[in-house]
Amino acid sequence: MEWYLPLIWSAIIGVAVILYVVLDGFDLGIGILFPTASDERERDQMMRSVAPFWDGNETWLIMGGVGLFVVFPQAYAVIMPALYLPMIIMLLALVFRGVAFEFRLVSHSKTWWSFAFTAGSTIASFAQGVILGHLIEGITVSNGAFSGGPFDWATPFALLCGLGLMCGYGLLGATWLVMKTEGPVARRARGQAKFFLVLVLAFMAAVSLWTPLMEPRIAERWFSLPNFYFLWPVPSITALTAYLVWRWIDEERDAPPFLAAIVLFLLGFAGLVISNFPYLVPPSLTVWDTAAGPASQIFMLMGTLLLLPMIIGYFIFVHWLFRGKVAEGESYH
Amino acid sequence: MDFDPVLLARLQFAFTVIFHIIFPSFTIGLSAYIATLGVVWLRTGEERFHVLMRFWTKIFAVSFAMGVVSGIVLSYQFGTNWSRFSLVTGNVLGPLLGYEVLMAFFLEATFLGILLFGFNRVPAWLYVLSAAIVAVGTALSAFWILAANSWMQTPTGHVIRDGIAYPVDWLQVIFNPSFPYRLAHMLNAAYITTAFVVLAVGARYLLAGRYVAEGRTMMRMAIGLLVILAPLQLFIGDQHGLNTLKHQPIKVAAMEGHWDGSKPVALELFAWPDEKTETNRFSIAIPHASSLILTHSWNGLIPGLKSVPPSERPPVVPVFFAFRIMVGIGLFMIAAALVGALLWWRGSLFEQRWYLRVMAQCWWIGFVAVISGWVVTETGRQPWIAYGILRTADAISPVPGATVAGTLALFIVTYGIVFWFGIYYINRLIVRGPDQPAAAKPSDTFSNRPIAAARDAGGTTID
Repeated sequence: MEWYLPLIWSAIIGVAVILYVVLDGFDLGIGILFPTASDERERDQMMRSVAPFWDGNETWLIMGGVGLFVVFPQAYAVIMPALYLPMIIMLLALVFRGVAFEFRLVSHSKTWWSFAFTAGSTIASFAQGVILGHLIEGITVSNGAFSGGPFDWATPFALLCGLGLMCGYGLLGATWLVMKTEGPVARRARGQAKFFLVLVLAFMAAVSLWTPLMEPRIAERWFSLPNFYFLWPVPSITALTAYLVWRWIDEERDAPPFLAAIVLFLLGFAGLVISNFPYLVPPSLTVWDTAAGPASQIFMLMGTLLLLPMIIGYFIFVHWLFRGKVAEGESYH
Repeated sequence: MDFDPVLLARLQFAFTVIFHIIFPSFTIGLSAYIATLGVVWLRTGEERFHVLMRFWTKIFAVSFAMGVVSGIVLSYQFGTNWSRFSLVTGNVLGPLLGYEVLMAFFLEATFLGILLFGFNRVPAWLYVLSAAIVAVGTALSAFWILAANSWMQTPTGHVIRDGIAYPVDWLQVIFNPSFPYRLAHMLNAAYITTAFVVLAVGARYLLAGRYVAEGRTMMRMAIGLLVILAPLQLFIGDQHGLNTLKHQPIKVAAMEGHWDGSKPVALELFAWPDEKTETNRFSIAIPHASSLILTHSWNGLIPGLKSVPPSERPPVVPVFFAFRIMVGIGLFMIAAALVGALLWWRGSLFEQRWYLRVMAQCWWIGFVAVISGWVVTETGRQPWIAYGILRTADAISPVPGATVAGTLALFIVTYGIVFWFGIYYINRLIVRGPDQPAAAKPSDTFSNRPIAAARDAGGTTID
């Protein structure tokens, strides 16, 4: 039991992280795409397509942070100080973009809060990519505590991941707009989705080549036999999915490009898990090294099994309630 | 330059948590008020309650957004700034925060979406139910976070192995000795704080001669609540104080400015506690009065600050003054509520302009009282971060002081901008006022924004 608990929890927290990335990904992506709208009316339409959801989406970020604290306190205590600056920058960027939802429409001039929304979304996305990238590269740990410097995270690989995640969120945002809006916004989003799709594939390829070269353990994981026989479908399915995103955009389908973009994210996430499991803080601390006591894990697990289905229930309800497209020029007045 | 990382980490956390607590203190109360208005609206069918409900929901949306974004910061700061604390207490405190997220945050976030944007999409009962669920969510959130904070004050139900706290009995962890008092004190504080905001807005409208009917409803509802809750808070606070005396006597000694435990406790109306000479300077005090309050006996003794070495004492000055500010505001609140009730009873509440003028200025007093109360309890816990388990100085992350100083500056700039714009925009919503019933019929356009929804209904443009 004690051996399985951290595995169950890794799965749950993995789901929380991927839910966060996909859900907040599309509304951060809309912030990234904000400057490309031709006027504030179009921005109203874009923002309105995510307004009822963003708060719930961001709750998954709290869940990720708190989940780590609950179940893997040792990992939380190492990762947070190691990524101090990107974490704080991300949080401050999220402050600006979060309040921009409300402030933008009460202010005299929407321009400033539109800018804050874009800047906050873009910086937060970049910072999240950097956090992910530096985590893959590895954190300096001695005696179970972070022992590196404040700028350890500023490496070419982490910055590459930052740009990559920005493009990924751009893709999610653009395909979301394809699904949830009409008129010029949706038309423009089709082109933007293709643009970001190409960039995302380039970044995915770069990370996939870079990580095995950088870390022998990752090369070993993917290219040793028999692993290779089981793992080769991952990149193949990724390529197929990317092709489908492109094709469905061309066919002017509404929901399929967004859903396929999510699958692309899931595959990228799966690739990272394959590369790094069972490390939670590569290259030193595994999920078992960092897990909380079994009593804490079990107590939390009981609540999670009870509450998670309820959360998913009202999550589905709210998406069903606000189903359909936000029309072109749908006014606030 | 030399930075003290412990002091900076404390300053940063104090700044971000004080900023944050402003919004929950308001939104816990305001969500309950909005839900009450909704229920009254459904039961009486009177449109003015619906108008008020929509009006306060707009203000709620702006406040709640600020509370959410500043709250996300906190959930990561435990790790970024207090990683030793996270490691030592994570097994016990982690699940409490986890339950807060799962039980409260998702509930609030989801149903807030329906409350803000769903008015034209759901039946009225579900709309009001969503408001009630949001109110329950905010109170549940308070339940879990106060359980966590109370455990840091009066930890029970755990064992320490290799310097790390492990849970033994979850019921004892959650319902630790100070928790019921802290929960009652804080929830009541949130309701009182909101009632003073509502009272102030109502008084403001009456003074200006605008939205007179709405203003009167707001004032009646606020005073009706305050005349019960404000005196009740004195009683709860007293009980909480006695509980603190039992479990954290040195905190009480700092609150009272009580140095010498061999003497009865005087009630220091004003003094400047001098930590060097271990005496109070410029003291104006009522002898024996605090002995009477704390021990119910004329010559009752409690431990003094000098009963422990200086290294075991909290900083006395902030605890001492914050306590006086909190109690002072609390007594003023009771007086304001009783005077209001008296005027109401005599039928002259809305004519006494002096009372309206004073009340219109009092929207902020609850917030100051809440912040002061938290300064008392958090500063009074020092030098411990988790009482008797971990010292604050041993709890910080291995992060250089300069980094913490730099991000503290960023927090001050960011929160400064967000705070003043937030106040400014809320004031604008108040100036714009509730939408009139004639225009408040559901519009056929799909409103996705709270403030936009208000414009739909009110037909006023501000740009």
